[in-house]
Amino acid sequence: MELNLTQTQEQSGNTSILSVSDLNLHYGSAHALKNINLDMACNQVTAFIGPSGCGKSTLLRCFNRMNDLVESARIDGSIRFNGAEVNEPSTDVIALRRRIGMVFQQSNPFPKSIYENIVYGLRIAGVNDKATLDEAVERSLKSAAIWNEVKDRLNDSALGLSGGQAQRICIARAIAVNPEIILMDEPCSALDPISTLKIEELIEELKSKYTIVIVTHNMQQAARVSDVTAFFYLGELIEAGGTRKIFTNPEKKQTEDYITGRFG
Amino acid sequence: MEHDHISRAFDNELNELKQSILIMGGKVELMVSNSVKALVDRDTALAEKTITSDHEVNAAEMAVDERCLELLALRQPTARDLRFITIALKIVTDLERMGDQCANIAKRTRELNEEPPLKPYIDIPRMAHWTEVMIKEALDAFVRGDADLAIKVCKDDSFVDELNNQIQRELLTYMIEDPTTISRAMKLNYISKSLERIADHATNIAEMVIFMVKGKDIRHTIA
Repeated sequence: MELNLTQTQEQSGNTSILSVSDLNLHYGSAHALKNINLDMACNQVTAFIGPSGCGKSTLLRCFNRMNDLVESARIDGSIRFNGAEVNEPSTDVIALRRRIGMVFQQSNPFPKSIYENIVYGLRIAGVNDKATLDEAVERSLKSAAIWNEVKDRLNDSALGLSGGQAQRICIARAIAVNPEIILMDEPCSALDPISTLKIEELIEELKSKYTIVIVTHNMQQAARVSDVTAFFYLGELIEAGGTRKIFTNPEKKQTEDYITGRFG
Repeated sequence: MEHDHISRAFDNELNELKQSILIMGGKVELMVSNSVKALVDRDTALAEKTITSDHEVNAAEMAVDERCLELLALRQPTARDLRFITIALKIVTDLERMGDQCANIAKRTRELNEEPPLKPYIDIPRMAHWTEVMIKEALDAFVRGDADLAIKVCKDDSFVDELNNQIQRELLTYMIEDPTTISRAMKLNYISKSLERIADHATNIAEMVIFMVKGKDIRHTIA
């Protein structure tokens, strides 16, 4: 389906960092994503909304080749990250995932200390200089707005943290390797309302340095945090546009029905 | 002391909304003052300027309305934030109507300035002064969430009503004595009535402020 992409770009005003064109994805015989065309702008928050099974998480997982892990997934079409084709066989997937980090629904701190969680990606990349690692830990934890809460217990296990804190540790861990894009798949759905607001405020701060794409079941969250909202239904991108426009006067009736709770 | 929101962006948006309403209110106060100054000083150019500035107030109303709708849609405000935004929507309607009344005063002034003055104007400037104070205090009460100041505004309205009644009685005596004054007296009567209406709009704002602060609707309960 064709979309008015120029409108999205005009409203964002930033250059595109991720560009999806004519993307189709099949899980076996199931057609999960249908002719998706969408650009995501630099230093902006783009939110994907839509009912369960609409393809929003599937699309998010295409951006750093997470669907490679799904045996039956077959992708055609193009995803360009800074102009380079993500789906090229020659793409270094490990390097790609370092530049496009990810945060999941369930916070998944490793069974290690807070410090070791944050430096994990750097150690794998061969960084072992203590001063560099210390600096990365402080910078990442500060960026994730959790430094003050954990600075005196960096050697404690990350498994002892509350859900909201653990999720911010996971965000700090993603930030530590200096990604360009952070993908968030329902990052707040396991959190209480106040922890949710803290993550949302963090997203607002992070977007000056990173591009963020967030999948959320909670469309009020999309309204609060995003600059651009894309609404998906049954594998199709129904409408994408400036969040103000989508939530005050969307173009498509299906979008309006969904955001006003009249779907069915 | 009020706590800030966890979302600083939302705090900023609410503050910007407050500021734009205050700026709009400042324009209306100036319109009240200028429309009556144009009458007293027989300054038709100032009357024309007042009529033109009504467009700015109309534009401000539309801008605030749009901002409020966005905040309702994007922030899902609750409790006092919800009352603040819904009341902002109503306050701008009152401010816009005040602007219309000022433009009406300026139009009658323009006509009155074509004829010799009927009498020295004493009570109309007093009314205008009181009305301006009421607008200013109603808006101060709104931004500070000051229910006591809002109650004072509601009470001051009866003083403006009395001045209006007094002016109407006085103008009636002019018209009874000399029918050639009727045209001018009717216009002055209209100006006095407009000021009285402006004070009523300020009272509406004050009543809404009390609702915003206390969550209690006192409209139609104060005699």
